[in-house]
This record gives sequence, structure tokens and C-alpha cells, in this order.
Amino acid sequence: MIGIYLIGALSIAIALFLNRNKTIAFVLLGLFLILQGTLSAYAYLNLHATEWSYFTYDSLAVLLLLTLGIISVPAIFHSHIYLEDQPAPPDSRAVYYASVVLLIMGISAGYLANHIAVIWIFTEVTTLSASALIYHHRNKLALEGTWKYVFISAISITFVFIGILFLSLSLQNAGSDNLSFKNLLAQNALLNPFWLRLSFLFIFTGFTVKLGLVPMFTAGVDAKDKAPAPAGALLSSVLMNLGFVGVFRFYIVIANTPLHHWANLVIGISAFLSVFVATVYMIKVKNIKRMMAYSSIEHMGLVMLGVAAGGIGYYAAILHIILHAFVKSSMFFQFTQLYRVFQNKSIYHVGNYFKYNTSGALVLLFGFISATAMPPSGLFVSEFLIFRSLFEANQIILLVVVLLLLTMIIWAFGKNILKILFIPPVGFDDSHVPVISPWESSSQFILLALAVYLGLNPPAEFVQLIKESIMMLPN
Amino acid sequence: MIDVLLITFIISLFYMAIANRMLTYIKVLAFQGVLLFIVVFIQLNEINPVNLALILLETIVFKSIAVPLFMAYVLKRNNITREAEPYLPNFVSLIITTLIVVVTILLANGVKDTHLDKIFFVVSLSSLFTGLYFIATRRKIITHVIGYLIIENGVFVLSLAVGNEMPMLVNLGIMLDIFASVLILGIFLNKIGDVFKDIDVDQLSSLKDY
Repeated sequence: MIGIYLIGALSIAIALFLNRNKTIAFVLLGLFLILQGTLSAYAYLNLHATEWSYFTYDSLAVLLLLTLGIISVPAIFHSHIYLEDQPAPPDSRAVYYASVVLLIMGISAGYLANHIAVIWIFTEVTTLSASALIYHHRNKLALEGTWKYVFISAISITFVFIGILFLSLSLQNAGSDNLSFKNLLAQNALLNPFWLRLSFLFIFTGFTVKLGLVPMFTAGVDAKDKAPAPAGALLSSVLMNLGFVGVFRFYIVIANTPLHHWANLVIGISAFLSVFVATVYMIKVKNIKRMMAYSSIEHMGLVMLGVAAGGIGYYAAILHIILHAFVKSSMFFQFTQLYRVFQNKSIYHVGNYFKYNTSGALVLLFGFISATAMPPSGLFVSEFLIFRSLFEANQIILLVVVLLLLTMIIWAFGKNILKILFIPPVGFDDSHVPVISPWESSSQFILLALAVYLGLNPPAEFVQLIKESIMMLPN
Repeated sequence: MIDVLLITFIISLFYMAIANRMLTYIKVLAFQGVLLFIVVFIQLNEINPVNLALILLETIVFKSIAVPLFMAYVLKRNNITREAEPYLPNFVSLIITTLIVVVTILLANGVKDTHLDKIFFVVSLSSLFTGLYFIATRRKIITHVIGYLIIENGVFVLSLAVGNEMPMLVNLGIMLDIFASVLILGIFLNKIGDVFKDIDVDQLSSLKDY
């Protein structure tokens, strides 16, 4: 199936790239969504099967693949609306659609890969396709964002490669050169700790560019700001999950060696700094898209804090990335409508959104409640579990500081969102405000409701999949 | 023999630290590609045509012909001035590069691993850090790409040190990816040249939070 999927997605991407006809593009995108859905369903039905020796349908991959499958439908739908509203020349339109397909393909294959070098290859594919998306508007600012993203990603991806080389040095004692995670786990007693340490540092640093943690988070923020919002939704949800997969799969290996505590320390420091940095920027930020991007950084910081704390934190981390993907993508989808009303993304020039687009304003309000993890949001459950894991790990001081930082984030986030919703903007001429059909917001309501449902009343299969994906971790 | 070549590689890093003209950087990069090819060629145990072709493609064709020519083209097309315009004087650069090499030698001495040839480790790590140093202290965007290429060369040396080969498919994927990333960096560099008057990093500071 993975072969059919990769070949199919690639040929659809090429066809989209060459095609200039809107109807054909429609058909091709529909085909791609069917292909994506088939892959997700096939992966779920063939749990634990391995194909092509580099791709395994394990629980974590299946969970994230289903998430991606769900999010890719509204992503393509909203991309269509976006391109209809802000007409782009036919060739940049073609490039846009082809890159979206390539991006989703790269992310899916990266989830499924069971070999660290294969994850590396597909991470690079996502960098290349994301850069085409960021450059969509072909102007000076887009160019700057793209350049920063490509350059920092290129350096980070080189770091990951150096980490892989150190990893194979570390494996040499074991007399084996198979870098699949299964083999690494089997040989964990023989791994050389010195090289393993270096390897973890490099691989972790490299993947932070996708995951959105300190030190490489900056590129991602610029990227989400300049990419069209439907693409930004993919970048700040499913692509971040790809970074998580890269780190987490390797973390499972290292957690079974004596370096477990050291790795927790590294992850913990980076995660705490991310929450801190996100707080500082959230207080200052006036650009709505960047605000949402910083909120993603905060959430990824929390996720990695859960991983570092261990215990129930592992479960919470996986739950959190899935729910966060739904919530954050729905907020980014909503942003396209917001932008159509105000033609601006600065907080200063946006306001009183309830008057112009009631359903959209409700999405923003519910999205805000979800993203700040207030009940009944599903994120409340996962964040609560993360805090519990920190408490159980006896990190009381860290917990108190993080809670204080989160309070500041809620204040800053709330101040901005409530301004958007209720306070009329100064000097805004509302005679040309377009009427936005409430139907466009329906996909976002569904995503938000899904996050609530999965958090508060998770189906047994869902819980089982999460438990299976953290099965290999020591308690 | 390999030691001599690798030491020459380090000397080329020193030369880059004090070089003033953009074209010199590009020529040194091409020279490093040739050095790497000879190192790999000596290291080969058996001459396997497919393997040899791959290595030739990666070092000679790619590292010392295609990329330097492409960079020279970018340089010419965008009327980039010939001076490198570092933030720090060349003398300081030389001292810092020397310090980097000394520190990596000290670090390598601490490593107790019989599998690893230490000189490879020293060369790769020092070119990694020199590349990063280059990126941090040069004004022009094209020098950032050159810094990235120095890092890539260092990574190549490291991959030679790690004796065990990765599967062919993986190797090919990695090579394609590196090629694509350099290409895309070049394309955007050209675009930057079209849009901005002078290609300095100072120009790339309009993305802000407010």
C-alpha cells in the first residue's frame, strides 16, 4: 500500500504542477484525498504490519496518520476558498496545490518510517514543499520568511544527519549496522553511551525546527506567518507532529538505556525554555498569525515537559499533540475568513468580529477556550495529566513556574482574542466587508468538537492505540 | 596519505578564514571537493563500479564542479561585490578558527573508541564549527550558503569515518536531498538578488511580531 500511496501521491503532485485547469485540479485533489483516506484506513486495518522494510504501521503512526487524514480534508477545502478569494496566477496556484500534496505525502511517509534515516529523508521533503508554500505570495516578506525557513531547516536537517552518523558509531560495538528503531531497541545494551549522547543532542536539536522548540523554533514562526493560512494550519499541526515523531521514536530507544535521565534533563530544559520564550513573545505579539504560532510553541513545550516527566506524562503527551493539531488547525482555517473581513493581521486593525461574522467569531472563541485548555476543552484533560506527571515526578518548583507562565499566556492570549471579538477597531471602514457563509466555519466546528470528544470521552480503541505507542517506554 | 589530505583540508579552512574575495571561497570549496574524492578513493577497499560512480557524482561532479559553477553564476548574476565583508577582522577569524581546531583536537583526545579514526573526527567537527562561525560573522547571504557547504563537507568527512555503509536506497535519498537543498537555496538566493538591492542579511529583518 505504501508503494501505491507514494507513487500515486507523487504522480498527482506532478499532474497538479503541470495542470492549469481548475476542474482537473479539483478531480486530482479529490483523488488525493481518497488516496490519503485509503492509506489511513489500510494502516489502521493492518496494524503492526511492515512494508518495503522501511515503513511500519505502528500505533503512533496510525494515530497521527488518522489525524492527518482528518485535517487534510479541510486544509484542501480551505486552500480552494483561499485561492478563489485571493486569485493567484495559474502557475503559482499549480505550485501551491502540488506542494500541499507533496507536504502531506512527506508527513505521512515520515510518520510511517521505522528507520531514522528514512524519517530524515521525508523531513527534508517536507522542508522543500513547505518552502514553496511559504513563498506563495512571491513578495519581499514572503521571500524573507522562505529564506529563513529553508536555511535554518537545512542546517537543522544537517544536524540530524550528523546525529545519525554518531548513532551508527554508537552501534558499531554491537556489530550491526541496521539503524531501524527495532534493531536499536534490541541492541540497546550494546550502544556506546558517549556517541549516543552526542547523537541524541544533534538529532534533538535538528528536529526542534519541525517540533517548534528552543533552539530552532524561530524559522517555524516566520513560516507560519508568511504561508497562506490553510498551509499554515498544516505547518503548525501535522508538521509539528512529524518533528515529535522524529524525537519520540529515538527517545524510546534512549529511554531504555542508562542515559534515560540525562535525556529527560535535555528535553526538560528545552521544553521549559520553549514555554518561557512563548510567554515572552505572546505578551508582546501584535500579529494574529504569529500569536497562534507562538501558542503552538507553548503547547509543544508542554508536550515535551510531559515526555520528560514520564509516567502518565507519556500518555498525556500523545493525547495532547493529537488534540492540539485539531484545535490549532481550526484556528488557522478561521484566520482566512478573518483576513477576508479586515484585510489585516495586526491586532490594532481588527476588532468587533462578532458583528461581521458570527459563526467565525464563535470558532475563534471556542478555539481560544480550547487552546488555553479551559474545560470542556479536550486539551484540559491532557494538560491536567501533564501537570500531574510533573507533580508525580517531584518537580514542584518547575510545575509552579510553568503554571505561572501559562497564566500569563492565558492573559495575553485572552486580551488579544477578546479584542478581536468585541472591541471595534479604530478607523475601520465596514462598507466593503464581504458576507461570509457560516458553512465555511462548519469544518472548524467539527475539528473543535472532535478535540472535545477525544479528550473527554476517548473511544476505547483510541486509548488502546495511545497505550500501545508508549508501551516500550519504562515507567 | 589520508592524513596529509585531511590536514590539507584543515589548512584550506584556515585559508578561508583569511580570504577576502568571494571567488576564493568558491575555489577553495571546489578544491575541498577534490580532496574529499581522493580520500574516498584511497579508502575504497574494492573498486565497485556503481559505488565509484556514486562517489564520483557526489564529490567531483557535485561538490567541485556543479556547486562552485552555480555559486559563481549566482555571484555574477546578482552583481555581488567581490569583497567578503566580514563583521570581524580576518586576523580574529584566523585566531577563532585555530581555537576551534585546537578545541576539537582536545575533545577528540578524550574519546576512547577504537573504531574511530580521530583525525576524521577532528576534521569533521572543526569544519562543522568553522561553517557555523562563518554563518554567524559574514554579512552577505551568499557567504551563509558557503558556510552551509563547509558544514556539508565536514559531514561528508564524518560519514567516511563511520565505516559502516548505510543501505544504498537510503544513501541515494540522502544525496538527492542535499542536492535539492543546495539547489533550492540557490534559487531563493537568486530571487533575493532580484528583489533586494544589496544582498545583505541586514535587509532580512522586516518580519516582526508587531
